[in-house]
Amino acid sequence: MATKASRSAARIMMAPAVILLLGWMLVPLIMTLWFSFRVYLPLRGGDQGWAGFDNYTRFVTSSAFWPSVQTTLIIVLGVLAITVIFGILIALLLDQPIWGQGVVRILVIAPFFVMPTVSALVWKNMFMDPVNGLFSHLWRFFGAEPVSWLSDASMPSIIMIVSWQWLPFATLILLTAVQSLDSEQLEAAEMDGAPWIKRFWFIVLPHLSRAITIVILIQTIFLLAIFAEIFVTTGGAFGTRTLSYLIFQRVLESQNVGLGSAGGVYAIILANIIAIFLMRIVGKNLD
Amino acid sequence: MGQIQLKQVTKSFGDVQVIPPLDLTIHDGEFTVFVGPSGCGKSTLLRLIAGLEDITTGHIEIDGTDATDLVPAKRGLAMVFQSYALYPHMSVRKNIAFPLRMAKMNQAEIDKRVNAAASVLNLADYIDRKPGQLSGGQRQRVAIGRAIVREPSAFLFDEPLSNLDAALRVGMRMEISELHKKLDTTMVYVTHDQVEAMTMADKIVVLQAGVIEQVGSPLELYRAPRNTFVAGFIGSPKMNLITGEEASKHDATTIGIRPEHIDVVESGGTWTGTVGVAEHLGSDTFFHIHNTGLAETITVRAIGDVNLTHGDTIQLSPRMDELHRFGADGLRIG
Repeated sequence: MATKASRSAARIMMAPAVILLLGWMLVPLIMTLWFSFRVYLPLRGGDQGWAGFDNYTRFVTSSAFWPSVQTTLIIVLGVLAITVIFGILIALLLDQPIWGQGVVRILVIAPFFVMPTVSALVWKNMFMDPVNGLFSHLWRFFGAEPVSWLSDASMPSIIMIVSWQWLPFATLILLTAVQSLDSEQLEAAEMDGAPWIKRFWFIVLPHLSRAITIVILIQTIFLLAIFAEIFVTTGGAFGTRTLSYLIFQRVLESQNVGLGSAGGVYAIILANIIAIFLMRIVGKNLD
Repeated sequence: MGQIQLKQVTKSFGDVQVIPPLDLTIHDGEFTVFVGPSGCGKSTLLRLIAGLEDITTGHIEIDGTDATDLVPAKRGLAMVFQSYALYPHMSVRKNIAFPLRMAKMNQAEIDKRVNAAASVLNLADYIDRKPGQLSGGQRQRVAIGRAIVREPSAFLFDEPLSNLDAALRVGMRMEISELHKKLDTTMVYVTHDQVEAMTMADKIVVLQAGVIEQVGSPLELYRAPRNTFVAGFIGSPKMNLITGEEASKHDATTIGIRPEHIDVVESGGTWTGTVGVAEHLGSDTFFHIHNTGLAETITVRAIGDVNLTHGDTIQLSPRMDELHRFGADGLRIG
């Protein structure tokens, strides 16, 4: 795209895609903004005119708001911590030459291909069921009282399920980063007298920092919006109501589109604050 | 101190033996160069000495003590890698200080040694930069700096100049030689470039397929190559190796004559041929001569700019006292 003519031709040819994408994004965004200023109760009289900032104040002053923000952040941070730490460990293990490496790698990646709804159902019914789940059998085998995971340890359970889904993603990205490390650097450090723990800390970890920030950035964006896992398992009960789940409840269970839309706008703002924050860290790491 | 002794060392990768039993002594303070074509096992041999590869059988002794099972860090050796292997996220200062930090030296001592290394290698101007901001030659210096701060008993260089351009290579070659004179420490240097070997080494070890073909000073190798491989490998341009009837005249299977030991004469030459390619370097001219009645193309070096071009007829007279004779097994006769 060197000449002026080819540049403008490129612009014209890209325009349809750009316009389509913009429309795809802007229409729902504007509709959300529009509804957030309306009194809109689909089963109780429909659109009933302007509400001003009523929906916004009602959404934040509701007793469910701050706990839901807190729940969201705990899940995001918990999953991030687990996937990054275990992702690094598994990536280091997978980097070792082992028999059947190809098969093992595919198996490790497999959970990522399972749909969130399906994996949540599998965990709920096959592992965490207090009567017939694998864990309850395991607990009983050792003579312990089975735990009713999703009600007594609801948050750790959800974090576990979501981490299981995202671990392959983190592992995959970190594995490629581990493999791109120049082995001569590790050998040089070995000659310099660094034992393996120091080689990890001073050479491998700094090398991975870029991949780690990318994992954190991408996962945060997706984790802020997790929904299926909660819907299928606890249905938002037992302190697992995240911000996106609260919005869902306001719109569909309370049939209040205006209030839900206001919540949606808050979610956008929250996601943007976190995104800007992360982008600055990433920008610093991607120099 | 820095005497390295290899005793019956072998190395196998799986079923493939890359180094058959090998004995070698590198004396204290010696600049030893391992030279050979790529894949001859010279880098593997260096890595065995460094401890980065385990030897399959045999023993390695460093300063008279058995180092066969010692980890690399405990052997007291420092290595400069082909890719320099600098730590990209650390500044030059931190790179050089890294081995000292690992040795848990106190900060004052670290600073003293890093500054000393920096002044020896002229690193002071870019000591706070990251390796990514340095040129190839500067990175090379940092890698050497990281090696010298440890005050090792011997330095190991693994083709350190192969990533530099020709002009820089000549400069760094001299700097490394000068460093060797200054530090007077044992250095083991791996290269595939026989010019580097000839110019830098006290002792050259010529390797082929893991086997030592000859050990000796550069001039010993030049004057009396032990076999046809060494004869062809050492010297530039390559020695003319002639087989067949011409060799039989001298009671040998192969005779060798270096291009610089053949004179271009007006008349009465031993061989007459036509000039193929003429390479004019100004100080010398290299002629590749065809149609001499020999099976091989003959290379001749003439001093100065000789005015002969493609297709000209030329008469050659080899100096008989500089002739090398080799037997059927490739070994030198006499």
